[in-house]
Formats: sequence, C-alpha cells, structure tokens
Amino acid sequence: MPNKTFFWFFLPTGLAMILFIGLPIISTGIQSFYAQHDQVVKEVKKCDPFGCTVSIVVDNEETSKIREAKPLGKFNGFGTYTDRNHLAVDEIKKFWNETENFGAFVDQVTNLPFYKALIFTLTYCLFVTPNVLLLGFIIALSLNAVARKIRGPLIFGTILPMIVTPLVGSLVLFWMIDSQGIIGANIQNLMNDPYLSLKSSKTLTWITIIIYGIWHHSPFAFVVFYAALQTVPQEPIEAAIIDGASRFQRIKHIVLPHIYPVVTFVALISLMDNFRVFEPIIGFSAEGSAQSLSWLIYDNLVNEEVILFGSAAATSMMTIIGIAILLAPVLIRTWKEFKTAR
Amino acid sequence: MRKILVTLLFLLFGTSAFADCNIKSGSINILANDFPALRTFVETSKQCKGSADFKVTHSSEHNKIAVPALTANPSEFSARIAANSSIVPLMNQDLIRPLDDLVKKYGKGIQDSQLITIDGKVMAVAFMANTQHLYYREDVLKDLGIAIPKTYEEVVAASEKIRASGKMQYPYAAAYKAGWNLAEEFVNMFIGHGGEFFKSGSAEPNINNAKGVATLNMLKKLSELSNPDYLTHDSEAIKVEWESGNVALMTLWASRSGTLLDDEGDPNITKATKLTGPATVGGGNIPAATLWWDGFTLAKNRPDADAEATFRALAHAASNKKMVADAADQAVWLVEGFVPGPKSIGVIEAVKMGAKPYPMLPQMGLMHGALGSEIVEFLQGKESAEQALKDVEAAYISKAKEQGFL
Amino acid sequence: MDYGLDTKSTRLKTFNTIFIITWLLIACFPFIWTFWGSFKVRADFFSRSDWWYAISAFNTLIETGGQFTTNAYTQAWTEGEFWKASKNTIIVTVFVVSISLFLGTLGAYALSRSTEKYAFWILMAALIFRAMPHITLVSGYLFPFFELQIWGILPTTIVVLVAINQPFTLWLLYSFFKTVPKELDESALIDGCSYFQAFRHIIMPVMWPGVITAGLFSLMLAYNDFTVTALLLNQENHTMVPKIQSYLGTNQHEGNLMWAVSAVVSATAPLFMLVMFFQRQVISGLTAGAVKG
Repeated sequence: MPNKTFFWFFLPTGLAMILFIGLPIISTGIQSFYAQHDQVVKEVKKCDPFGCTVSIVVDNEETSKIREAKPLGKFNGFGTYTDRNHLAVDEIKKFWNETENFGAFVDQVTNLPFYKALIFTLTYCLFVTPNVLLLGFIIALSLNAVARKIRGPLIFGTILPMIVTPLVGSLVLFWMIDSQGIIGANIQNLMNDPYLSLKSSKTLTWITIIIYGIWHHSPFAFVVFYAALQTVPQEPIEAAIIDGASRFQRIKHIVLPHIYPVVTFVALISLMDNFRVFEPIIGFSAEGSAQSLSWLIYDNLVNEEVILFGSAAATSMMTIIGIAILLAPVLIRTWKEFKTAR
Repeated sequence: MRKILVTLLFLLFGTSAFADCNIKSGSINILANDFPALRTFVETSKQCKGSADFKVTHSSEHNKIAVPALTANPSEFSARIAANSSIVPLMNQDLIRPLDDLVKKYGKGIQDSQLITIDGKVMAVAFMANTQHLYYREDVLKDLGIAIPKTYEEVVAASEKIRASGKMQYPYAAAYKAGWNLAEEFVNMFIGHGGEFFKSGSAEPNINNAKGVATLNMLKKLSELSNPDYLTHDSEAIKVEWESGNVALMTLWASRSGTLLDDEGDPNITKATKLTGPATVGGGNIPAATLWWDGFTLAKNRPDADAEATFRALAHAASNKKMVADAADQAVWLVEGFVPGPKSIGVIEAVKMGAKPYPMLPQMGLMHGALGSEIVEFLQGKESAEQALKDVEAAYISKAKEQGFL
Repeated sequence: MDYGLDTKSTRLKTFNTIFIITWLLIACFPFIWTFWGSFKVRADFFSRSDWWYAISAFNTLIETGGQFTTNAYTQAWTEGEFWKASKNTIIVTVFVVSISLFLGTLGAYALSRSTEKYAFWILMAALIFRAMPHITLVSGYLFPFFELQIWGILPTTIVVLVAINQPFTLWLLYSFFKTVPKELDESALIDGCSYFQAFRHIIMPVMWPGVITAGLFSLMLAYNDFTVTALLLNQENHTMVPKIQSYLGTNQHEGNLMWAVSAVVSATAPLFMLVMFFQRQVISGLTAGAVKG
C-alpha cells in the first residue's frame, strides 16, 4: 500500500491514540522522574466541633513561591523508581549483606511491596493465560459442532462470565464463596472441614482468584476463536477428510495455521490483561493476601487522601516495561513473519 | 426499605414550606460523596437556590475528582463537601477559600461550634458527625452475666467468655479489611493508647515504640476472636454477621446504626442490639476512637458571586432545624435543633468521653495508607510487631519523601 | 461446518454434549443465582447465616408476604433513577461502537496491507499504548479536562473510550484481515479499483466475523467500564456502572445492595438480544464472503 493511502486510512485512529494515550504516556513518563517540592510547614491552631489542637499545616504562601518557580516539581531522576516502595535498591543491597542464607534473603525481599506484588502478578499470568487459551479454544471447537439453531443461547451462556459487570459479579461471587455462602458451604461439606474458609488463607485466596481469572477471561478467547473458525475455508478440510486425516490432524494442520494470527492476538492480549490483574483483588477484598502491580497503582492514586502521582507513574512505567518483556517472544516472532511477508 | 420511602415522602412534602433565600445570581455546583444524609443536605440547600443555577455531583469517586477539579481555573465545582481527612489535600494545595466574611454576612443560624477554623480562619462549616463505637447483644451478655465492656481488655475477656460458653465461635467483629479499614482501626487503637503519629511539629513518623506494639498486640487479640475471614470484612460484612446473629460485640460506625435498629431482619436480634460509647484501651482515659465531621468548603478558583450564592444555599441547609428534625434518623447532625435519638448514643458518648478527632494533618493520609498494607503480615502471624512497625515507617518515609514532607 | 467432530462418531458427540453442559453450568451458575436472588430481599440473598435462605425465601416471606418480590426492580428504576443511567449508557455505547469500528477498520486494513517497516512499529506502539493502566491514563486526563471545561459531558467520555479501545480494536481487526487472502483485493486493484473501492467492495463483505467481534468487545467496554465513566462523568450523565456503584453504599453508610443486583440483571437483558444478533451475523458473514470469494 502506498504511503499516502496508508496515511489517510490510518490518520483518524492514529490521531485518537496519540492524543489520548501517546501524550499521556509521555507526560506520565516525565512525571515519574519528578517528586513534589519540599513542603514548608508551620504549626497553627486548628478548631473543629470537638475542640482545638495545635498541629502543622502546609504553609501555602511559602510553598506556592517554590511551586511557581518550578511547576513540575523537584527533579528526582530514578529516585522514585529505586525507593523502598518500588525497586528498593538500597534495601536489597542491605539485605544481601546482612542475611546469612539465601532463604532469609528471599524472605526479606518478598516482604517489600513491589516484589510481593510482582510475584503475585507473575503467578497469576502464568496460570491464567495458558488455561484461558486452551479452554477458550476447546469451547469454540465444541460449540462450533453444535446444531446451528441452539447456538445462539449457548453462546450467550458461554460469554456471561465476561458480560456481567465485574463490580457486582464479583460481589455476588464473593458472597457465594463465603463460608456460609452456597459455594463455600458446599466446599466445606465436600472437604468435610467445617472451618474451611476460602478467604482466610493466602494460598486459597490465590487459587480462588486464579480460578476466577480463568472463568472470567475464557469467554474472551472463545469469542475470538469462534469468530475466526467461521473464516476457515471448507475445501481443504473436505480434502483432508477424504485423505483420511484424523480430527486432531485436521485441527493441527489446517485450522490452527489458518487462525494463527488470531491465536497470537489472543495470547498477546490475555498476557497483557493478566499482567494488569486488578479487579478480582478489589472484588474479592483480597488486598491482605494478594497484591498486584496494578493494585499498587490504584492504591497510590485512589486509596489515599494525598494522591501519589509520582509513585503511580513510576509503577505504571514499570508495568509497561514488564509487559514489553513478557511479550517479547511473541513480538519477535511477529517481526520475523512480518519480514518474510514483505 | 420502608424507612427510605418515608424519608423520601418527607423530602417531597416537607419542602412545601418553600424557603427562598433570595439568591439572584451566581451558579452553584457541588461535589459530594454519595449517601442519604448528604443527599438530604444538598436537597435542602437546593430549596433556596432562588434564580441561581444549581448542579450537584454525588460520586463515590469524589476524592479522586476533587483536587484536579478545584485546581482548574475556573473550578468545575463551587463547593466540595469534605470530611476531616478529605479537606487535607484541598488545604495542602491551597484550593479552598476562607469563609469568615460570608459567615459574618449570611451565617446567622450557623453555630460557632460548627466552624472549622485553621490559623484563625474559617475554612469549612461542619454539619454532621460520626465515629466508631461499641455495639453489644444485651441478651447474650445478660445470659452469661457479663457487664457492658468499657475497655478493650474487657471486650477481650467478654469475648473469650462467650466463646467458652459455646454460644458463638467468633463473638467479636470489627472492620479489619486490609487497607483503609484496618488502618483506621490501628489509628483508633493507637490514639486510645495515647500515641502521637508524628514527632511534634514535624512529619517524622513516631509509631515504632511501645504504644505501637501495644496497639498491634491488642488488634491481634481482637482479630483472634473474630471470624477468620476478618481481613476481608468491611463495615457491610460485619453488619451482616451481626444481623445473622454470629456476633455479640462489635465496633462499627455510628452512621450504620440505623439499619441495625430498623424493623428489617430478625426481630429478636434487633431488640437485643444495644449501643454504647467507644471503649478505652491500655488504661487510657480517652476512647480508642476518632471523631469525624462532614462539612462544606468553597472553591477558591471561582468568582466571588458564585461563592456567595453557594454559601447562602449551603448555609441554609447547615442551619436548618426542619431538616435535622425530619432526617434525625439519617445522621448525627451538628446543626442547632437536633435532638439526639437512640441511634446517636455512640457519638454523644464519644464526645462526652473526650474522644479525639481524626488528625487533620497534611501527611496523615500517607501514614494511613502505609498502615493499611504493612500491618497485615503481623496479624497473619508472619512477622513481629516491631518488624511490622518498621515496615510501616519505611513505607511512610518513602511516600513522604516523594511528597516533599521529609 | 464440523471441524473438530465427525458427526458420525456418537461417542465424541456425547462427550461434546457433556462438556458443553458442564461448561455452561459453570459459566452461568453465578448469573442464574443472581437472577434468582434478585427477587428476594437482602437478608435472604446476602445471608451469612445460611445460603438456603435464598432458596426458601425465609425473610422475603416475613418482609413482603410472598416468595418473590419485584421491589428491588421497581425501586431501582424509579427512585434509583436507573432509567436515566440506561439512557446515557445507550448513547455512549452506540457512539463508542460505531466510531471505534469506523476508525478501527480503516486503520487495521491499512496496517494489514502495508509492507513498510513502520506498519510493524505502529502495531508495537499500539501494544505499548494498551499496556498503560487505565487508571493512570484517566488520572492524567482529569486536570486538562477540567481546565478545558469539557469534564462531565458524554462526548468527552465517548472520545476517551474510543481512543482507549483503539489499540485493541486495531490488533483484533488486523489479525482478522490477515486471515483474508491478499489476492482478493490485489486482483481488484489490478482491475483498476482504488484502495478505498477495494476495501468497500471486496473486504467489507468478508470482514463481518472480525468486525462483529470487535464491535462486541467495544460494546462490552462501553457498557461495563467503570474507571473512565465514574471519573469523567458528572451525576447527570452517569452511565449504568457508576450508578450501580452508587447503590453499593460507602464504608460508613449503608447502600441498597438489592438495587445493584436487580440493576445488573436488567442490564444483562439487552445484551442477550445483541449476542443473538451477533452470532447470526458471524455466520451470515461467512456465507456472504464465500459467495463473493
């Protein structure tokens, strides 16, 4: 396609992305290198309906002078990235020198918020992504073999986990898995342990979140695979049947190669979405046992009265880098294909 | 449900005595949290909007929206309804205006005690109060011959006795959900122990000490008497536990007492549900609880005419005897003419006992955030109290450095 | 139509049926439970004493005198003003889906037919763009939107949702266009068509499976998004999800949980129609493509 045609075809979408995603990423990147100015504080008397106290406030006159001189804040370089709440470089050095064996060192490191979150995030990705792909593909094949008349309702049922608003979906599920809820109580019966609770132990919470992840994301893989199966041409399949190829061989040699671009796509997107796992943690109130990178960002931006934009920006940038690293193998393959296609 | 309908009917017909404050110009736009008492308050102020333009946004995300909205010039909102904690970011960024002149001119019905003054300037006008206090099951305590607990030590002893009696496996409940709730419990307990979060006059943390350790140990003792899922329990969850009859002693917000005492649910439990003031701890004489107020503030980056119109409308509500009489069930109003009912016992007791307000400090939010995630592992038994407090301080220091407080 | 299964093999057929039924049970059960529970009172559906209450309607009988109640629905739609939120959601969804697809198909077609290096890098950039957590993006928007005084209105939210969803739409459609053989439109170009004409007459008829899929996902985003809609809309313009959030109550104040549950069930009904429509289009798209190809 000539460059000029390409430009006009791509202009609208490109413009939207640059304006609303590209520029914000650049500005987030810049902000992650800055910290707030030193706050000048003074002690004053504060009175409310319950009495008076003397304590500190920010001296706005003094602080605004500093702020006006440098509106972006204090340049901090990689200061935010390396502080204790992120990569914790100094702390890790200290632990390395102080701890006696490797186990103790790992214990210390995983006590740091960033690494704690990273471990959960990676575990979640590792278990959820392949299962989502596999389950989604099997359901797609399976539904594709069902009589066309009843497919509509079946498809709707299949994608229900994805379309019910997570806000309430997880609220209801959270209640269902309570030790008195329908699922929780029946698991207790099944396991014959009246004190079993899915919410009290870390391991069980992780397993619950991972199962929820697979349940919630499989419909996505299913929808894309199902649509892609509709584009598979008939002739080669019929030829293969005549040649006596088994079902498995047909899928492997005809169906999969045909929908390969779509498989790549689903893998990329699932991996990325799973790396940004966040909603189930809030939905299942699992902050105590499981924290992810996206949850840390949310925590910095929403949970506290004072919004820590620098921290959130740094974690966001590291999330992007993390995703880039995770996707690298798939991307390199795409690049190779792209070159051969040229 | 019926109660809500009744309240709504009140709102509909109660407004027939239409009060016009004769506001001729200006535009009013209010940002507020989303719950019934605030809706009542805003509706009341709307009655006197006159010919001014009136808009409101009730949003659960109000905290997130407030700072950028009021930083813009002109600000989207002319008023923001805030609490002890959420006024702080507005003060830090110098986004709200002093109200002295407006109070003098239009604040006739507002009581002096409603004024929030900082450095001698009125920055907000409070209209309702809240705190966490103790709820108990009269029938259970009576059966076992337990006196109403006055201290957390007595709460622990009473809970142990109830558990030993076999009546309940997990007799105590409080909102220990990791994050904001858990940190709030720490704040209460630490203040009950007479702790100060920061070294005087600075933002240096001051929790890794004997009082901090005592606080954590008390939280741990209470958590052991709670349902093992306590780290996921917010106010809603423990309220349901209570209504299901699983719990005999509970620390919960005063503002949630309404639904525990209404005619929904098991009548036997409702009848036996009693309220008392917050408990003290560690031999201290002030309660292990913090007092909260909700009040209105006005945006700085907005024309004076808008500020004036907004103030007059909101002052109308903040001094409205009819509103507090009609909506006496919805909140503990600080407005003149409010007659405290049985649902307000907790707050009234707390004030009598000399409870402290939640610290209105520029860096308190950072400490609260650090507490919420770093003390979890101590409660789970994975680290020592000293280590947990060290972690809290370290997490706080990193955040405070980024924000320029240290 | 059967790729994985030989219709003659009954054993496989049985296995397939069992598998689908099991999966559907797992997939639908929470929703069926929600649907059932939405006709009960809170004390039954959200009971911590015994889940059987939700079946036996213990408290529903006491409070309303019947086994089922539609109070939650009537109250959410009238008092809760859910109708207003539904209206806003319809506006947002219709615009987001149509604009997303319009921009996305053009861009993705261009990308799939370009052999230049920059096409690959654009795809990579789109992927990186998608990696950015939404909450950070939206936090960044707030101040500029307030300053420009475009906060709170529906068009802003629509544009933001379209933009945020573009990387996904582009990649999805790109992958689908890749499965359409290049020879199809190349032959049209040789016949003297312009690129746009080739797109219009050759690609559009065969692209429906991909476009419908992309449309479905845009729809889901616009329908279910919380971060963008809750932070960028004012109360007048709140869509369904922020509205449902407002029913849930706050830490210190009780909400109306049953309103939220009934609202969710009501919000799912129109999606049922849409999915029915979607699946028929995916299949008819195939036949249309087969005829032209």
